[in-house]
Amino acid sequence: MKSEKAKGRRKFMKNTIMASFSSIVGMPIVFGSNMPKELLPIGFFDGSLPPDLIGKSNLLTVLNDRPVNAEAAAHLLDDDLTPNDMFFVRNNGIPPVNVDVNKWSLTIEGESAKQSKTYTLQELKTKFKQYTLNLTLECGGNGRSEFNPPAKGNQWSTGAVGCAAWTGVRLADVLRDVGIKSNAVYIGYYGEDTHLSGDAKKNTISRGVPINKAMEEESMIAWSMNGKDIPLLNGYPLRLVFGGYPASCSGKWLSKIVIRDRVHDGQKMKGKSYRVPCKPVAPGAKVKDEDMCIIEKMPVKSLITYPKTGATIKSTEKLPIRGHAWTSADSISKVEYSIDFGGSWHPCELKNAKNRYAWQRFSAKIPFPEEGYYEVWARATDSNGDRQPIILPGWNPKGYLNNASHRIAIKVI
Amino acid sequence: MRARNKNEKPNGARASLWSLLLNTIYFTLFCIVGCIGYFLLEGPINDIINQKKYSDEELELLSKKAMMSLSLEKEKANWDKVVDGIHIRTGFYDDPNLKTVIASCTSCHSAKLVTQNRATRAGWKSMIVWMQETQGLPDLGKSEPIILDYLAKYYAPKATGRRKNIDVDAIDWYVLNIDDTSQ
Repeated sequence: MKSEKAKGRRKFMKNTIMASFSSIVGMPIVFGSNMPKELLPIGFFDGSLPPDLIGKSNLLTVLNDRPVNAEAAAHLLDDDLTPNDMFFVRNNGIPPVNVDVNKWSLTIEGESAKQSKTYTLQELKTKFKQYTLNLTLECGGNGRSEFNPPAKGNQWSTGAVGCAAWTGVRLADVLRDVGIKSNAVYIGYYGEDTHLSGDAKKNTISRGVPINKAMEEESMIAWSMNGKDIPLLNGYPLRLVFGGYPASCSGKWLSKIVIRDRVHDGQKMKGKSYRVPCKPVAPGAKVKDEDMCIIEKMPVKSLITYPKTGATIKSTEKLPIRGHAWTSADSISKVEYSIDFGGSWHPCELKNAKNRYAWQRFSAKIPFPEEGYYEVWARATDSNGDRQPIILPGWNPKGYLNNASHRIAIKVI
Repeated sequence: MRARNKNEKPNGARASLWSLLLNTIYFTLFCIVGCIGYFLLEGPINDIINQKKYSDEELELLSKKAMMSLSLEKEKANWDKVVDGIHIRTGFYDDPNLKTVIASCTSCHSAKLVTQNRATRAGWKSMIVWMQETQGLPDLGKSEPIILDYLAKYYAPKATGRRKNIDVDAIDWYVLNIDDTSQ
């Protein structure tokens, strides 16, 4: 009964809110009381409503609404696996509309393919063995907002990362079924999103990975995310998933894969896109295109997902922290925290990953010596011995690969 | 006292009879009004109780439609509204040359792609060149210097060192209840 009453109250409040919405719109919002609460305030209060953020939480920070680019604040990524509605969105163009899964197909061709072969989605699901892997995807530009001099593009904070359980088939199984010539160097993808200009001939983005990466056990063609359909904004109904590489390699709305006898030269493979200087440069340096090299691994990184920054605790209490750490290497070997601006570091507990390229949980309980303002910093070390820097790593013109330690602010009173 | 009470008894009986009659009338009236009210409101009440259940997809579609109309209405109302020097629709700084900037810089992408970035005049120039070389942006002609001046003025880089301090003023401080939340 109590919960029924509470439901009634909530409904009443919802109706009241909808009524006030209606008065602004100047007409009743049909079925307003049924509108899922997660959807109500999207963009409503900041005046920039992106009506195409379907399937995404209104808690995401929208950096750009045409194309859609949105990320989650660190504390919203506390789940072991990132919920579909919290998973960041980095779109380059406009997602396809009216997707018909029954007609969706994937074609494999290219100079180094032994034949051109097309599979329906159903054929992919039945012909090949299915796998479910926890794979971390991170945008190459995650953390760009900290670069100085600033780098152009979406000013990602820390939230262009997520780890989900992807279900699909191994890319290698499909490529082998088609047949790979011995001169294969790279694979490239094509998706069904359209260029912002609306020009159907223009590819929005067509990137890929070296053939060795494509043949890895964890390289997937996936149709399911956390046991559900992949959200439209994340590539429904089919996408590639490559852990350890910039997420831009993991093509969405996947309809074609080309096996290339050279480095794939599709949209955003050349120039400075997803490339960093081959040799380190000074901040602000001008770098020629030919001196820029393709990013082929994402650096070791971690994120404190609990508590949310700004926590106040009593001096008698120990602060529990937890978060995730990930790398393109085999595994994370160590996560440490510091409360004295890097003066001393203390080990966190670290859980093993379900599989390679899954993020790993870390946690700790932190005592504080006295009252005051503190910052909790976390840094991860991977099995290659690579460790996160405290300040920004190597400056690069496009602001990629910022894996500096995550920091949260704490007050002890 | 007793005598008076005896005298009042018949009056008391009359009064209670009268009040019984009145109550009956009130009750009957109440029932009639209630019935009329019920018949009038039965439809809407049942509608509320038996609201059709929609699937998640239908709900999303309906919400989307509703929000699009919301957005359109709001856009119409606030088309060129400026508050505290900010052009509300785009988020750009208000300026005599704003219309030129909006016309050239928002037809292909969101204004947010501009307002979240910072660069020197040369940096903005290089972005225009990049868009012309790779994204089909036409020559901006006389508008180019106007746009560059605008961008260099309002969206210049800020000196932040190798790493910014945590923005303590922007933090929403809260009391953490450790017993409830520790795992």
